[in-house]
Amino acid sequence: MEKKLKHLKSKANEVRKLIVEMLARAGSGHPGGSLSSADIITCLYLEIMRHNPKEPKWPDRDKFHLSKGHCCPALYAVLAVCGYFSKEKLWTLRKLNSMLQGHPDKRVPGIELASGSLGQGLSIALGMALGAKIDKKDSRIYCLMGDGELQEGNIWEAAMAAAHYKADNLCGIVDCNHFQIDGRTEDVMNIEPLVNKWEAFGWHVVSCDGHNLEGLLNAFSEAKTIKLKPTVIIAHTVKGKGVSFMEHVVDFHGRVPTEKEREIAIRELSEIEKTECETE
Amino acid sequence: MEQLYQRDVYGKTIVELGKKDKNIIVFDADLSGSTRTALFAKEFPDRFFNFGIAEQNMMATAAGLASCGKTVFVSTFAMFASARALDQVRNSICYNNLNVKIVATHSGVTVGEDGASHQALEDVNFMRAIPNMKVIIPCDGAETKNAVIAAYENDGPFYVRLGRAKVNTLSEKKDFVFGKGYQMCEGKDLAIIACGVMVEEAIIAASVLKEKGISVSVYNVHTIKPIDSELIINIAKKYGKILVCEEHQVTGGLYSAVAEILANKYPVFIEHIGVEDKFGQSGLPKELMECYGLSSSCIAKKAEQISRR
Repeated sequence: MEKKLKHLKSKANEVRKLIVEMLARAGSGHPGGSLSSADIITCLYLEIMRHNPKEPKWPDRDKFHLSKGHCCPALYAVLAVCGYFSKEKLWTLRKLNSMLQGHPDKRVPGIELASGSLGQGLSIALGMALGAKIDKKDSRIYCLMGDGELQEGNIWEAAMAAAHYKADNLCGIVDCNHFQIDGRTEDVMNIEPLVNKWEAFGWHVVSCDGHNLEGLLNAFSEAKTIKLKPTVIIAHTVKGKGVSFMEHVVDFHGRVPTEKEREIAIRELSEIEKTECETE
Repeated sequence: MEQLYQRDVYGKTIVELGKKDKNIIVFDADLSGSTRTALFAKEFPDRFFNFGIAEQNMMATAAGLASCGKTVFVSTFAMFASARALDQVRNSICYNNLNVKIVATHSGVTVGEDGASHQALEDVNFMRAIPNMKVIIPCDGAETKNAVIAAYENDGPFYVRLGRAKVNTLSEKKDFVFGKGYQMCEGKDLAIIACGVMVEEAIIAASVLKEKGISVSVYNVHTIKPIDSELIINIAKKYGKILVCEEHQVTGGLYSAVAEILANKYPVFIEHIGVEDKFGQSGLPKELMECYGLSSSCIAKKAEQISRR
């Protein structure tokens, strides 16, 4: 277990480096939320989901839908690490004619459907969950949402419908980094109490530290055991996690690092690699 | 003449299609009795999902389900299918180019007594503007069946616009080809291009004008997108004067589609019958058609003026 966690930690750290590098080269994008969701997406693709990078459309795969589409650098990095496409492709992010659009597009191997307009992803994931049920497949569907995104009414329409149709093959994850473009989520438009809200909508709720890999793996395992209702994992995260000057800083929601900042960020992440990820 | 509700035909047609293809799934948002998707729900309860009064979720869920290889027919009133859930239709359905077939009922002022909030008059404009979306406005029951089958047989998202009231059967099965308009009555002085309920109004207007010695051709252009540009250019060349009739705002619907082609390829005089930047109101369908200048008598009056140009 210890070895597995160190390996995962190392991969998540590699994902963070790729995010920083990719965004610095692109010149625009969303570092804060990409870094806060890096551990969640890494856990899903490296440990939890059944999928095959050599056959992205494998019919029995589990599916992931990134409802908070602006954090696609994290997903692109994980897909490249898994081997869906080469890491060199990451440097084309946000460039003309690149498959790596500013928000996800389904032309990317490993990406199911486009996202970007917030609030719609949980519905899309519900559609996939119903599809698996209709076809009697045991695929599980994962949908990552932002905490600010929960201000969209469409999310709650989907939450109501998923519980109504007993979509127990659906697992939502809320990347609760407590910030949105205009400031702290509690100041812009308070969404708490989140646990009570999801429970009231008929969901099984698991809360965890979104950067504790063991805790995340346990939460996903628990979700698999819940029958007749969907599960949501409220993952408490830090916006900009892993880069000291980006952590909890709202400005880095939508500002990319300068060349100097990029260097410092990569140095910090390399330090984490050395101290926390290497096995003796 | 046979009178049918287009939505009755729709409900029966999806049941027929559903018997042949188990990948057809139907969604509704608490209007299954009105849209007649209830017929499908009764026949195939496991393939019908009611989403309650939540159209945005219904549209985006349809996108997710269609991505699993299903053909999803989605129904509600035209007002809610278009305006209420437009972002979901654009970003979740059309951007992903999925097999979601939106069949919207209760369009236009002929909704009647429910009034302005329920009379969709901008929906064609919204839908026509979105890449990948195809738009059909059938004129009667028979054409409704053909339109629904065309939506099923052709890939990608569709918007099929139906009315609320019973309509006379005007078309014959053989007439309908997706993407191709056709002539319904022949004349030589000017041409009327119409869709939906306006086709019958135009035919009545043409027969009234015939008695006055004015000879009018009526074309039924049921497919608004992709529009039959070849036919429209030929009509322009032949008649030089065109009156476009639609139960929709003048902005963005069939008139706009015709004008867009002719302005570029063969400019001729084009006049319009449609709602002129106004909201509807309560009333009987017949009264409203008169009030908003859409009736056969309004068409005849305008056509007569144009014929004298």
